[in-house]
Amino acid sequence: MTISIDPQKTDNESLQPKGWLRYFSFSLDHKVIGIQYLVCGFLFYLIGGTLASAIRIELASPMSDFMPRDVYNQVLTLHGTIMIFLWIVPVVNGAFGNYLIPFYVGARDMAFPRLNAVAFWLIPPSGLMLVASYFVEGAAQAGWTAYPPLSITTPQSGQIIWIMSVLLLGGSSIFGGINFIATIIKLRRPGLKLMQLPMYCWAMLGTSLLVVLSTPVLAGTLILLSFDIIANTGFFNPVLGGNVVVYQHLFWFYSHPAVYIMVLPAFGLVSEILPVHARKPLFGYTTMVFSIMGIVVLGLVVWAHHMFTSGTPPWMRLFFTIATAFIAVPTGIKFFNWVATLWGGKISINSAMLFSCGFIINFVFGGITGVALAQVPFDIHVHDTYFVVAHFHYIVYGGTVFIIFSSIYHWFPKVTGKMLSEKLGILHFIITFIGFNLCFAPQHWLGLNGMPRRVAEYDPQFQLVNQISSLGALLMAISTIPFLINIFLSVRNGKDSGDNPWNALTPEWLTSSPPPVENWEGEAPLVEEPYGYGKQFSEQK
Amino acid sequence: MTTLDSSKEIQKNNSEVNEKHEDFRMFGLITFLIADGMTFAGFFAAYLTYKAVNPLPDGAIYELELPIPTLNTILLLVSSATFHKAGKALLKDKNSDSQRWLFFTAFLGIIFLICQLFEYFHLPFGLTDNLFASTFYALTGFHGLHVTLGTLMILIIAWQSRINGGRVTSQNMFPLEAVELYWHFVDGIWVILFIILYLL
Repeated sequence: MTISIDPQKTDNESLQPKGWLRYFSFSLDHKVIGIQYLVCGFLFYLIGGTLASAIRIELASPMSDFMPRDVYNQVLTLHGTIMIFLWIVPVVNGAFGNYLIPFYVGARDMAFPRLNAVAFWLIPPSGLMLVASYFVEGAAQAGWTAYPPLSITTPQSGQIIWIMSVLLLGGSSIFGGINFIATIIKLRRPGLKLMQLPMYCWAMLGTSLLVVLSTPVLAGTLILLSFDIIANTGFFNPVLGGNVVVYQHLFWFYSHPAVYIMVLPAFGLVSEILPVHARKPLFGYTTMVFSIMGIVVLGLVVWAHHMFTSGTPPWMRLFFTIATAFIAVPTGIKFFNWVATLWGGKISINSAMLFSCGFIINFVFGGITGVALAQVPFDIHVHDTYFVVAHFHYIVYGGTVFIIFSSIYHWFPKVTGKMLSEKLGILHFIITFIGFNLCFAPQHWLGLNGMPRRVAEYDPQFQLVNQISSLGALLMAISTIPFLINIFLSVRNGKDSGDNPWNALTPEWLTSSPPPVENWEGEAPLVEEPYGYGKQFSEQK
Repeated sequence: MTTLDSSKEIQKNNSEVNEKHEDFRMFGLITFLIADGMTFAGFFAAYLTYKAVNPLPDGAIYELELPIPTLNTILLLVSSATFHKAGKALLKDKNSDSQRWLFFTAFLGIIFLICQLFEYFHLPFGLTDNLFASTFYALTGFHGLHVTLGTLMILIIAWQSRINGGRVTSQNMFPLEAVELYWHFVDGIWVILFIILYLL
């Protein structure tokens, strides 16, 4: 690795460990922290994926024969919590945000490097605590939503550990959000205007606003819930005069924006990847910016569409249906912008591009079922069935996780200076894409026919479709193998990538790969047109 | 097309930006306080919803006395003013004056906490008695936690603004300004809490 150190400037950095050891240190370098987030998140993804496989093995047969019912509940709770709070949120925000945002704004590090390191180091202990709770009287059983009264009546120790863990992860998320907002607003290189920023900056700005505005509400709610569990108060306990619907309102005030916290950064990342591999400027930059901000504003006022069956009054149903339908407009604008970016481009069919296209296909499908779910009559029919499970996974797996893989293929040469194998990458994409659709597309049918979610047993008539779905899950589990082999082989002896293998124009590629400790040898370059591909092409002619 | 612009003016601006750290530390603090305010907003929303839709059972006791919280409101408002005085004194390099004002502010904070505890011990209801009681204790307790932390931070910066070897000087106002902003925030929350919990 080429690490150049300016002795006057980087006293702190030169004292810190070098090589792979720095990934285990309290490093303040945003690039090290980004990789820490990514690898830590991926390890939790493997745990969460194992739990998902356990769920699908259990559901391959109608009776609960693979594991007891209460263990099944623990497994699905851990699966949801780990995948959301320890894999998608930290990776799509923390990992790529920390690695890319300082490059994009032309800074040498994040605004608050120490806060940044603290935010990361909150994650491994709380994640381990969450996983370990399984071995202490059993993990939480109330699902990742922890609805009372279920979360009050199930065994307490697991639920309390779950609350502690989610509170710490929420804190980490808030610290990260503050850091991103300050970096993007305050740390921009002189001369760089807001409307010249790469799209991922806008996506992270919007995401961080949502994090800062909504995560504290979840924290407050969980504190009240822990009072209910430990101190016998009755905030959410109907027996003691409490109100469960208040919990649902407060919970979804965070957890609906949480969906955007998971998917907006993916929107940003795909907007970085598509122009590079299609050799065309990003279509409709300004409309992209306004639709991100539109999603942020609307995302805060649609939460009750999760609660159409919770006795919400008709006016509330009407309001939240309309607000939710409106969100389809900015999202649709973004979708058409991506398609228009590809249209007529000089597309290279590589792993990053394939995963991005997979994202567009899956996401539009998940988006359509989302609009369907926002309609009250339809929602009442499929509420708490596998239709919801399918919709949700089309957004977060088919959407965000596809983009995480796409981004890994795209930025791996940046981080390591080595190329990944395209053959293994394309194999990875094919197995993932087939496995994913085989696993989740049939679940729409299951839901429409009334199979409830979060139950270990089901009507035998659904067995065949469930087995198809389990086969898809098996393929998804297998798809991780070529990916891991690919990473392992490339890190050991991959082909040298050079500084800019994709001939990209965004700022992170204008320095060496891997980048030096303070990102640039000299001044940060001023990139006024991060997507000026067509112009470059015509000038070369 | 990329422009590698390294004119001297921009270089100069860049180094100025790198040296000036104060403004975005304050920006970060404000962002944090917005987040903290959202936690309170969640609690207030829960309280108001309970008040609107969850009638208390017959015979539930939920009367609050006004004298102590009114005194507490006055204490906090005065402490905001005295903190402001401390900042002004430090700006004029009158460190010992500033320190005196800070200790007085912390003293007001401690009196506030004592009054709050006094109220807790003399209320006719406990934490688990009814929904109103639980919400009351959760809200005031969470606010009291903020006052406790604020008082500790005031004592720390009061110690740090001592004349010999103190870190907080007129050249380094940020610690004082940050705690001051936090303290005004906590006071503001108390005023909202007082109106919603005691007066409504």
